Amino acid sequence: MPNVDLKESKDWQMDSDISIIDEITTLSSDLNLTAVTAVENIVDDICTFWVDKNQLVQLMQVVRHDLTHPFDMCFDLTAIDETERQHKAAHLQDFTVSYHLRSYERNIDIRIKVGLSSADKHLESICAFWSNANWYEREVWDMFGIVFDNHPYLTRILMPQTWQGHPLLKTHPARATEMEPFTLPPYQQDKEQAALQFDPEAWGMKRQDDNNDFMFLNLGPNHPSVHGAFRIVLQMDGEEIVDCVPDIGYHHRGAEKMGERQSWHSYIPYTDRIDNLGGVMNNFTYVMAVEKLAGITVPDRAKVIRIMTSEMFRILSHLLFYGTFAQDLGALSPIFYMFIDREKLFGIIEAFTGARMHPSWFRIGGIAQDLPKGWEVLVRDYVNYLPKRLDEYEKMVMKNSILKARTIDIGAYSTQEAIEWGVTGPGLRATGYSWDLRKQRPYSGYDQFDFEVPTGNKGDCYDRCRVRIEEMRQSIRIIEQCLNNMPEGPYKAEHPQTTPPVKSKTMQDIDSLIPHFINVSWGPTIPAGEVFMSVEATKGIMGYHLISDGSTMSYRTRIRTPSFPHLQMLPLISKGQMVADLIATLGSVDYVMADVDR
Amino acid sequence: MMPEQFWKILEITIMLALLIPIAATLVWVERRMIGIWQDRHGPNRVGPFGILQSLADLLKILGKEDWIPPFSDKIVFVLAPVIGAVCVLMSFAVVPFSPSIGVSDLNIGILFFLAMASLSVYSVVLAGWASNSKYAMLGGMRAAAQTVSYEVFMGLSVMGVVLLTGTFNLREIVLAQTDGWLIQSQFLGFFIFLVAGIAESHRLPFDLPEAETELTAGFHTEYSGLKFALFFLGEYLSVTLISAMSVVLFFGGWLMPAPLDTWLPPLVWFIIKIMGFVMFFILLRTSLPRPRFDQLLAFGWKVMLPLALFNLLVTAALKLSGVL
Repeated sequence: MPNVDLKESKDWQMDSDISIIDEITTLSSDLNLTAVTAVENIVDDICTFWVDKNQLVQLMQVVRHDLTHPFDMCFDLTAIDETERQHKAAHLQDFTVSYHLRSYERNIDIRIKVGLSSADKHLESICAFWSNANWYEREVWDMFGIVFDNHPYLTRILMPQTWQGHPLLKTHPARATEMEPFTLPPYQQDKEQAALQFDPEAWGMKRQDDNNDFMFLNLGPNHPSVHGAFRIVLQMDGEEIVDCVPDIGYHHRGAEKMGERQSWHSYIPYTDRIDNLGGVMNNFTYVMAVEKLAGITVPDRAKVIRIMTSEMFRILSHLLFYGTFAQDLGALSPIFYMFIDREKLFGIIEAFTGARMHPSWFRIGGIAQDLPKGWEVLVRDYVNYLPKRLDEYEKMVMKNSILKARTIDIGAYSTQEAIEWGVTGPGLRATGYSWDLRKQRPYSGYDQFDFEVPTGNKGDCYDRCRVRIEEMRQSIRIIEQCLNNMPEGPYKAEHPQTTPPVKSKTMQDIDSLIPHFINVSWGPTIPAGEVFMSVEATKGIMGYHLISDGSTMSYRTRIRTPSFPHLQMLPLISKGQMVADLIATLGSVDYVMADVDR
Repeated sequence: MMPEQFWKILEITIMLALLIPIAATLVWVERRMIGIWQDRHGPNRVGPFGILQSLADLLKILGKEDWIPPFSDKIVFVLAPVIGAVCVLMSFAVVPFSPSIGVSDLNIGILFFLAMASLSVYSVVLAGWASNSKYAMLGGMRAAAQTVSYEVFMGLSVMGVVLLTGTFNLREIVLAQTDGWLIQSQFLGFFIFLVAGIAESHRLPFDLPEAETELTAGFHTEYSGLKFALFFLGEYLSVTLISAMSVVLFFGGWLMPAPLDTWLPPLVWFIIKIMGFVMFFILLRTSLPRPRFDQLLAFGWKVMLPLALFNLLVTAALKLSGVL
């Protein structure tokens, strides 16, 4: 077991900012790209530039197809309502649409921004370049009312079809107390019910072909195998699926809107509930983004503790996946055995944090408490315990021939398709593509740890499960290294904006006492700027795109979740499947509706 | 009334009065056993060891609204669960429980059992159809295809037994096993019969007509209250029936080898053997995943049917050549 020395650790840096813009302008010289200004204060190292809305399609053509190593993945697409912004760059208009693109070959990201005025909220759709832009553009329309011209089917995605207004506009109230009391009179209820009726023609589906009448089966939002409130409408010929339409939004809680009215610190518990199986993994992304924005350096001990608890939650999440996957296929017992394993691990989490599934335990600048006395014994017992159990499950689940027949070559997609549709995490690695954020772009000291990135080769249901099982073993390896190499020292940074600041100083020093007082009364004030940070979360890459306007609250909180694009590609992989295959596929994708809808 | 007829009616009444509580207890046994095998407790609160759990469930079910969906075909909807329970109960008429107990020594006992098994398909198919619900219909379709396929070689698998014993009468089949159980020569037939039996009673891994994770509850999605309880009863009775038939056809019914047979009465031996099979059914449910619909049918037609024919052929050849 190698020694982990965090002093050697270096966070990954994205390089070659200027050359990308140069490369683009060489290929297409009439493109007018504007660099970002100092006012915007973008502290992450993603190369960002502005383009005029009329040149967007031309730019996307260059970026997607003409460049030598093109940007093959639309990582995120979102918008910002700039109307109440205090720290404004001169070129800022009423709305900004932000495209976050990734090139796997170059291993760099770019961010393209387009300004729009309130008078003309129209923009060309980019669905022709990236298939997964479809849902992102629908979301932006739903939330901001920005119309994407030539979009295949621009309709509400997270809000109900009957909803009036666009919730993420600054003019839209965020609190129930700012609105009329909610009522649902019978006529309104009938209207809502009618809006949920599926209309195949609207989606370009036929009700019958030459030989058959198709059956439209409404799977969900309450169905045992959709893992939450998720609806998928199947167009079926007998038991075979001809086409399907996933319908999301039943779990939408407005987490992004809440980010605009919670202090930087009090938003942490909300992050726990984004991927509700990921626990502190969600905190991890958010606090890293805030720390980057505020320029806070986290002590080594906090880093290692963060890694250790995050990996514990990876195991917790994957164990639940493993059990429910088997259960979806009809094997009723494994989930019960795995819940026992989870229970043991939750016991450790409880000893550390006092909570179980949603500890909200990370803080800006560190963690809430130091590890309890005797934590080593707990962790070491578990590290010795789990691998043996995994060996048993191997025989019970993965070697079962009925299970193999149900999952091998079912729901398969290629690496190319995965990238095209924005799939990340185990779903991408199952196709044989070894890309793990912890390896490719290490953060928080992951570069010092020794672990492997498991991959599959077919990208089918069986491989997706296999990859996750191996990831659990790797997580155990990482936890063991944390155990053997836990650095001594403080567990939170000595920075005025960490919450709460170091107690000993506030007792002696007025300059520490005042920030302490301010921090606990209205929360830390984070300097104006913009940042994007991501981690390799349990389901894929989760990222927080934060914009601060120099206030105690975030100006815009964008949460890029992995499950959202994963569900979007369901129609692609489920065509031609039987219903039972779809259930296997849904189980193997491992999504969480809270993570999809936010 | 003639005294024999009176005794017969009394026997039938006692049998019905016992079979239904037995099926209810079986629900509790299954839940406790699954609990043990899955490292948890199972229902253990109502009465000693939770044995009154089924009674509590029954009371709850009786208290439920007897709801018939307005969109269903009402008469058929009510009739379907009744058909299921009645067919299984009728089959018990031909089961010889002990040398002196048994409702009828029908000389076409096996055929009667097979006929009732076929009729009980109507219960599932009609339930799926009458519910007028898509999930129920898919369940009903699956049930029809599955049961029709597996019935074919269920019939073929017991023909080996008929060949060797020369009778369709179940009591005579048991008595023919006095010198040795038929499992010795008919192990293949037994295996096929058991698989088909699991499929007939649609238990996991062959529970595709209900397939909870796929079709929510399949053919009985729209059922609740007492009508749902009848389906439930039918399922557990048919587990008992398939176990009883396996014992009668292949494991010598109430018979036991020489020293053991004097230890306990024949009826007790019979029940012990049945319980062994019931436990096996429960264990199967805890341990196996569910195959896909087409895989199940392919397995039936491509593997089980040829095997059943092969078994029959070899048995006939051995019988003719005098080996058996």
